[in-house]
Amino acid sequence: MAAASASRRRPKREWILPTYTGLVIAYLLIPIVVMMLFGFNDYPGKFNFVWEGFTLDHYRNLFEIPELTQALRNSLVIAAITSVVATTLGTLIALALTRFSFHGRSGLNLFIFIPMATPEIVLGVSLLSMFVAIGFARGFPTVLIAHIMFSISYVVVTVKARTSGFDRSLEDAARDLGADGWTTFWTVTFPLILPGIAAGGLLAFVLSFDDYVVTAFNAGATITFPLWIYGASRFGIPAQVNVMATLIFLLGVAYVVISLLRERGRSAAPDPSEA
Amino acid sequence: MALGTQDRSAPAPPEPPPDRAGGGRKGSKSRKGLAPYLLTLPGVAWLVAFFAAPLGFMFLFTFYDGTIDIGYSFTSDWPQTYFEAFTTYDTQIIRSVIYALIVTVATLLISFPMMYWIAMKGGRRKNLFVLLMLLPFFTPFLIRTLAWQLVLSDQGIFLGTLKDIGLLSADFKLLASPLAVISGMTYNFLPFMALPLYVALEKLDSSLLDAAADLYSSKREAFLKVTLPLTLPGVFAGSLLTFIPSVGDFIDAEILGNPNTTMIGSIIRRQLLVNQDYPTGAALSFLLIAGILVAVFLYARALGTEELTG
Repeated sequence: MAAASASRRRPKREWILPTYTGLVIAYLLIPIVVMMLFGFNDYPGKFNFVWEGFTLDHYRNLFEIPELTQALRNSLVIAAITSVVATTLGTLIALALTRFSFHGRSGLNLFIFIPMATPEIVLGVSLLSMFVAIGFARGFPTVLIAHIMFSISYVVVTVKARTSGFDRSLEDAARDLGADGWTTFWTVTFPLILPGIAAGGLLAFVLSFDDYVVTAFNAGATITFPLWIYGASRFGIPAQVNVMATLIFLLGVAYVVISLLRERGRSAAPDPSEA
Repeated sequence: MALGTQDRSAPAPPEPPPDRAGGGRKGSKSRKGLAPYLLTLPGVAWLVAFFAAPLGFMFLFTFYDGTIDIGYSFTSDWPQTYFEAFTTYDTQIIRSVIYALIVTVATLLISFPMMYWIAMKGGRRKNLFVLLMLLPFFTPFLIRTLAWQLVLSDQGIFLGTLKDIGLLSADFKLLASPLAVISGMTYNFLPFMALPLYVALEKLDSSLLDAAADLYSSKREAFLKVTLPLTLPGVFAGSLLTFIPSVGDFIDAEILGNPNTTMIGSIIRRQLLVNQDYPTGAALSFLLIAGILVAVFLYARALGTEELTG
């Protein structure tokens, strides 16, 4: 076998790809570290560009800037409503796509895909065109409409990924045991696809919270967190923004760590299929 | 396979499929036949009202002339709107396409080796590595880009330090250059390339590589003839998911660039939000969509559509 010569050569090069992967991950983390660091910067004046010394003041005075706090609150409320509505609408579509064969199914798949393949700026411009043409004032409701619109497709794709790989014989078993369709759905199907729905909901929340482009066209006088930051970027961004972003980041990390641990706990339980 | 198995209580043996293409639905099985339509109705209605219809309104605007103050009127001279939009902003359109192409290639080159290693050699830690890679993207896009601005700034912690110890000349500049814009975009769009690549590489059956080795192929040959063709759908999906948002992006160009790096997105935004020239902004948006469709078509042709769309 050629394996002997190959394995003799391998140890030499074995370190290249892991080192490279480590370097890329480090490169990806650089801006995040900088962002967190400058949340502790004791800078004079408006420009938080040069390291001047350590302080916890920005954590203490996190909500010192009322407009920023209001913008953050707007974003959180919009993201929460978007998440609930888009997840509901998207999950229903995903269920229809995975559990029924019906006329127009492949067309629907394509239709769901198109918004994801459209640049955000086109989504923003076209919505604004419509609101202007029909004389609909821009503000909080139009931001919600827009965010739900661009989140639905992502929820459909996420939930679909979960529902299509799922064992239908479990439902048959429930029915054989005398459960009616409704009971089967809520006691068997729903708990099984819940992780997919949760992932879709989280994705919709993040997409909404993060959005600048579509929002910029349709917000009217409503200011969201990204809109406020963009406006402030010309005059110097206060360190409170770094602190808020740091806390959001840490929340995300905590969520990931917890779900990883739970996954590990589950696969540590008897599951021989896991090699 | 995906037949509805909802109401199995009926004793009638093989159920007819819930729906036949195009046929009129009979009242008796309407509840079941209607179910998928009822499920999709609210979401699809939302997308029709707020995605499809707006595209129609945007299209209509390109046939009109005027501004929001003097009002709009239909113009028979509408091809002129497209023509003028293109000839006035051809520099920015071409620049956006070039930047997006560079970003697509850069993200592919950067993420392929990494995702290859994670998928092939990551073992039990695969998910952990992927999550580590995705961590930065828990931070809003704008904040990531502003952090890049800080990293690349002339006297910032990186360039400033390198200048202080004499590794760089004092007048070296990175910020406000095409390089800064492209590096920022590469950073921001990396996961759009990396994740589809990972999905494709992870699905790759390693026994095929063993088979190639058994048949005396070299590692390089196995990579070129087995790994690469089988991961092409991932490359295709990743390229689209990276190219499309890149070409419309303007935040990187505005935060990290200079007036000579302006991309088409900035122009469209200015036309709508500052000049309130909706016809020109709408025409530019349509040119953008048309350009993307042509690019996707050519790309699919080049890679071979049959295997990719299947």
